[in-house]
Formats: sequence, structure tokens, C-alpha cells
Amino acid sequence: MELTKENILTLLEEVKDPEIPVLSLVDLGVITGVDISDEDHVTVNMTPTFAGCPAMDYMKKDVERTLEKHGITNHTVIMSFDQPWDSNKLSEKGRRHLKEFGLAPPPKYDLILDLDILEHVKCPYCDSENTDLRTPFGPTLCRSMHYCNDCRQMFEQFKPL
Amino acid sequence: MNELAIKDLLYKLADDQLILGHRNSEWTGFGPILEEDIAFSSMAQDKIGHSLAFYTLLQELGEADPDTVAFTRNANQFHNSQLVELPNGEYDFSLIRHFLYDNAEIIRFEMLSQSSYEPIAKVATKLKGEVKYHVLHANTWIKNLGSSTEEAILRLQSSLNEAIPYALGMFEPSQYEQELIEAGVYAGEEAVKAEWLKRIQAVIEKTDLKLPDLATVEPKLGGRYGEHTEHLQPLLDEMAEVFKIDPTAEW
Repeated sequence: MELTKENILTLLEEVKDPEIPVLSLVDLGVITGVDISDEDHVTVNMTPTFAGCPAMDYMKKDVERTLEKHGITNHTVIMSFDQPWDSNKLSEKGRRHLKEFGLAPPPKYDLILDLDILEHVKCPYCDSENTDLRTPFGPTLCRSMHYCNDCRQMFEQFKPL
Repeated sequence: MNELAIKDLLYKLADDQLILGHRNSEWTGFGPILEEDIAFSSMAQDKIGHSLAFYTLLQELGEADPDTVAFTRNANQFHNSQLVELPNGEYDFSLIRHFLYDNAEIIRFEMLSQSSYEPIAKVATKLKGEVKYHVLHANTWIKNLGSSTEEAILRLQSSLNEAIPYALGMFEPSQYEQELIEAGVYAGEEAVKAEWLKRIQAVIEKTDLKLPDLATVEPKLGGRYGEHTEHLQPLLDEMAEVFKIDPTAEW
């Protein structure tokens, strides 16, 4: 395999969010950069979704393991806030996968968070917007909990940040 | 820039978050309703994660690693405000403290995201989005409960009266205040406090609660200089209990 940024990103498609196993880190938007030096040293820059997310350390190790599995031993993986994550960085493919998984994807928004964008989230099961926010917190830091008044089910949203 | 001034600022930010994070975690399993149990537990995780981000900046400036800093200091080495160390009390007190604290914290982060000290600006830019959820949570509950039943209003008012002197203690200026302001690192406690007052008043006005006349309230100071209530050391002992059994253990 030729060491190019595109090829590394393709490899990293294999690495999934451990709590949402349908979502790759690339689609999640936490891989902020791949650099290959003249000496073929691979540097991968990452950033956390939520600063307190306990899965981030695991994800970083998973990136290292995946690079090594493909014979790339000359690497550095850096976690930083240089390019902070926000939910607009989730790819379209990632959003589709979230919905299929039963998690409402975050809306694309102007990064000004208010209650309005949390209140009537589209239900991932029946697409109704007749839903209520139950709590802006959930089973993991990145999820909020909602109730659909049409299909009468609780559902979770990957919350906008 | 004077490194001591930066460290002092980082310690007070990180210590507030660690200690309140620990207090929030004490609600796990005890919340009055499931959603609140989850909310306080999630905020605990966020706050402790946020403290880690600031302790990591301290480590980059030559301080000990975050675990050592978090688990091996005594109460008089902590720079948190006394507000965050007070016991949870009943839910009304925890909610009032959460409201008073997080409305101040988000202003700190908004201002620090403009800091001339780039490492702090980057962390604050990231964290202010997360704290927004804490503020939305607090403000929603204060608005709902603060204009609901007589008991709810009485309880919240009594907790507000009790917490206010400690809340004012959050804005105790550091010995480096002027230096930090002049260097554009931090807008300073007076600026944070003025904005905080506007924001909490805007919420309180929508309820049947009354903000005590602040001119008659004596702020509880000292926390930023290591003076604490009798409640902090037991909290630290409990927090560090497992760590101290085997500080070299790998988890």
C-alpha cells in the first residue's frame, strides 16, 4: 500500500466508535488530520467529541492498533483540542448510519445551541417531529433522551454540540 | 507572562470542576427521578473530564500529572470556591448550586475562549459548548420549579439564600488579577460577576423566587487561597480512597 493521506483514511474507516459500532471515527469527524513526512512517518491528529468521554483513550489506542495491523509502525497519534469537534463534523454517511442504528442524528446548525433545536427532534423510527425532549443527558455524554408522541417510543439523539 | 499567574488561574478552574464533579457524582443512584439521576451523573463525568483538560495544561507547565494533582493534595492546597465543596443537601440545594455555578462557569469559558494564552483559549472554546447543556438544564428546572408549588418555591428560596454568600465567593479575585487582565489572559472576576448577575437575574425574574439584596450579603471568601469549610477534606479522603490503596496500579 502506498502511504498517502487517502489510503490512511481508508484504513481508519475500520475503526469504529466503541459505543456506536456502526460509526467509523472518520465519519464521526474526530480524525482532524493525517500527515505523512518525507521519511514516511505517519501522524494522525484526533480530537475528542466530549472532553469527558471515556471512550476517547480507547479510540486512540484502536487507531494505533489498526495502523500497526497494516504494517505502519512508524506513527504518532495525537489527541488535542487544536481543531475542536462539533456535531456538524459528522459526515452524511455517519448520519445515515446513526439513524439506522436507532439514534437520531444531530441537526446541522449554526453552532448556537438553544432549547429550540433540542425540543422537537425527528424520531429515528417513524420520522415524526411530534416529539418531546425528556432530558438533555443520556446513557453516554453524547446522547439526549426524547419521546415520540406518534410511535410512542423513547429514543435517543446524538446531541448537537 | 508570569507562569505563576497562569497556574493559579488553571488551578482554580480545574479544582472547581473536579470538586463539583465529585459532588454531582454523589447523586448517582439517588436522583429524585431517573432523568435527574442521569443528568447529575452525566454532568459529573463532564466536569471531571473538564478538570482533566485543565490539569493536563498544568502538567505541560511542569506540575505533577493529573492523577497526582487530583488525588494527593490536602484541602489547603485546593483553589476551588467553597460553593462547590458544600454537601449536596437535598435536591433543591444541589439544583440551586448547579444554577449559580454553571451560569458563572459558562461566562468564564466564553471569556477564556478569547484568551491571549492560546492553550487555555483552545480548551475553553471546546468546553463552552458542553457546559451549555449544563446551563440549559439548570435554567429549565429553575424556571419550572421556581414557579410551581408553594413547597418547591419555599425550598428553592431557602437554598438560594443559603448558597448566595458562597456563590459570591466564586468571584474572589486572585493575587494576579490585574496582571491577567492586562495581559489579556482573563477578563477577571469582576467582569464575570457582572455578566453572571445579569444572566441569573433574567432567569429568576421568570419565577416566584427573589434574589437576595447582594449589598447585604457577606461573600464567603478564602477558597481560592486554600481556606475551606470542614466539608472538603472528607470529600478528598473519599475521592482518593481507592487511589491511595495502590497509587501505582494500572487501570
